[in-house]
Amino acid sequence: MNGAQVVVEALKREGVKYIFGYPGGACMPIFDALLDAPELELVLVRHEQGGTHMADGYARATGKPGVVLVTSGPGATNTVTGLLTAQMDSIPLIVLTGQTITPNLGKDAFQEADIFGVTIPVVKHSYLVKDVNELPKIVQEAFHLATTGRPGPVLIDLPKDVVSAECVSSFPENIDLPGYEVSMKGNADDIVRAAHIIMESRCPLLYVGAGAVGAGAAKEVLELAEKLQAPVTTTLLGKGAFPETHDLSVGMLGMHGTAYANKAVVGCDMIMAIGARWDDRITGKVSEFCPTASKIHIDIDPAEFGKIIQPDVSINGDARLVLQELIKHVRKLDSDSWLKSVASWKKKYPLKYPKRGGLRAQYVLDELDRLSESRGIISTDVGQHQMWAAQFCKSSRERQWLSSGGAGTMGYGFPAAIGAQLGCPNDLVVAVVGDGGFQMTLAELSTAALQRVPIKILIIDNRHLGMIRQWQELFFDQRLSGCELDGNPDFVKLGESYGVKGFRIRRAGDVTKVLKKALAYNDGPCIIHAEVVKEDNVFPMIPAGAAVKDMLIEKPKDRKLEKPVGST
Amino acid sequence: MEEFTISIYVNNKPGVLMRLSQTFARRGYNIDSLVVSPAVDHQFSRITVVVQGDPETLDQILRQLNKLVDVVHASHHDPKQSVERELAIFKLLVGPEKRSEVLQIVDVFRAKIVDITDQSLIVESTGSSSKIDAMEKLFNTMGLKEMVRSGKLVMARGTNQT
Ligand SMILES: Cc1ncc(C[n+]2csc(CCOP(=O)(O)OP(=O)(O)O)c2C)c(N)n1
Ligand SMILES: [Mg+2]
Repeated sequence: MNGAQVVVEALKREGVKYIFGYPGGACMPIFDALLDAPELELVLVRHEQGGTHMADGYARATGKPGVVLVTSGPGATNTVTGLLTAQMDSIPLIVLTGQTITPNLGKDAFQEADIFGVTIPVVKHSYLVKDVNELPKIVQEAFHLATTGRPGPVLIDLPKDVVSAECVSSFPENIDLPGYEVSMKGNADDIVRAAHIIMESRCPLLYVGAGAVGAGAAKEVLELAEKLQAPVTTTLLGKGAFPETHDLSVGMLGMHGTAYANKAVVGCDMIMAIGARWDDRITGKVSEFCPTASKIHIDIDPAEFGKIIQPDVSINGDARLVLQELIKHVRKLDSDSWLKSVASWKKKYPLKYPKRGGLRAQYVLDELDRLSESRGIISTDVGQHQMWAAQFCKSSRERQWLSSGGAGTMGYGFPAAIGAQLGCPNDLVVAVVGDGGFQMTLAELSTAALQRVPIKILIIDNRHLGMIRQWQELFFDQRLSGCELDGNPDFVKLGESYGVKGFRIRRAGDVTKVLKKALAYNDGPCIIHAEVVKEDNVFPMIPAGAAVKDMLIEKPKDRKLEKPVGST
Repeated sequence: MEEFTISIYVNNKPGVLMRLSQTFARRGYNIDSLVVSPAVDHQFSRITVVVQGDPETLDQILRQLNKLVDVVHASHHDPKQSVERELAIFKLLVGPEKRSEVLQIVDVFRAKIVDITDQSLIVESTGSSSKIDAMEKLFNTMGLKEMVRSGKLVMARGTNQT
């Protein structure tokens, strides 16, 4: 076997089904070897960034690692945004990059990029393979690293001479990584200490993030919440780790979270992070974040302890296994009056939007949620539409919500939906995208059409980079700078030119009828072009860097807002 | 800013140093000295790093270093619980008329002359980094031309693991 065949063999052994790829000189031997492996399906993408997001969407929707294969130089650098996106959100990816032949390394050879060096800050781990006999071990290790512990992207740089050489070594029996240790069960004493703190709480709050999704801990979160009678808030990426349709759910917290989730954050006397990392979009001003509440932090990655918030107890382990143990040590809390307060906030400050004055994105998403009975896989792009989708599209199970949280990558939503649909052919998959972000990766319309994936591409078209416009309106005296999207294409006609079916929504009266038709259309992808009002704002909002208690439920009428002190 | 000595036990592989230095740089730590050498088991290397930074982020840096797949362990060393050494060689441009002055200093610091010509001397010295600092200061007034320091080495005392 040559190196390329070893790579293909390794992918087969790992049970890979799809490879999101784009060819070039340096990776041609691997493309050639793929021809002899019909069980691996090559999805020819239209841009390497799109391919990386497809693999990411596949991984988020299925829980299995996504695989990308690209060439050296520009092919490799085009994956960097996708790597960052996956690294920030702990998504398992294997990115295989072609590379110039080893004697040419470091000599500015044609299409040489030091991709190993370029990507060090955005990968969990990476390899530059110099000896073909190391390949079986490396590919095996890469899958292990990508999928265990805190998952993340792993890059393997493959010089063309290495993949062309004969390999005489075989796949090792064991993985030997002396520097890689994952604590799964959590320390028993820490769990008992956490249980003591929990049992003293009268106003508990479970704050559940992507780590709970990664660990598959939804059942345990539900059991714990019901046993304690504690309300649960999920982060943007934790959506689905606890059903948002449940009575104990207060929905998403943070910058654009629900008012009642944020009020629960302010009012709780104990907050327990389950696979969540106190991101600045959640804490706001850290010094004023839950100053008197006791804090418990469960995380598979010990580097998260004390990074932002110093917890009273930290438990290093897998969210599912730790919760299984913790549940044994706790009983129902005396939380009745707290639950009453939470219920009253829910009643007093519901998510709402004006029903008049033109077509509203919120209404379209609210109807989408109703018509799909909160069952669809929602893949979003980044901007206002993302926040509205997070607010109005309820997740009832894990892996139903795909969104670039940590990186906030525009251009993510549409390709991720293609990957998700390939991985979950029987699910309804909707890409909720903005008119801005969709244009960043719309080249993948070809890929979607060729694969005939029945995804619904819901374009929330406000003819603006809406989130930018909102900030400029609120914090920069309405001085709009570079946020108007003149020259948008006619998205329906654009779709037609790729053979993609199109639907238009222009008035609120069209929404239900058109959405029903589009949801029933399964003969390949379709575009739903929703022409919504241009000037609308996402609320509630905690301005970046402000304290959670300073959340704005709506735009203040009587005062100007200060420029936010937080970074973004 | 404070000075910290960190020892790191790593896989002896290319690219490891890049990951380490990136971890320090990202959190605003400046590397003052860095020594890499093979460990008893040649598959691994020992690294001693002296860095300047604030104590609050030290714990974070150690956690982030330990998180790297190629790092077996990384720890901070308290000078009281460890043996610390540095080697330095100094080139002084002095002729025969000023040699005795240099020799006096060499004697006091238990250093050695390892090369001599009619216009120059090379002095070798091992010891704590502060001793080397003190020698540098004195030699500066007497024709110090070049100085090469190994960077600090550290080993935990007793049976403790470095
Ligand atoms: C690649 C990238 N560039 C820039 C940004 C900054 N940004 C965040 S939201 C946004 C506007 C998005 O506009 P659109 O896709 O139309 O969505 P809308 O906010 O209008 O719903 C921009 C430019 C980003 N997140 N990602
Ligand atoms: Mg827009």
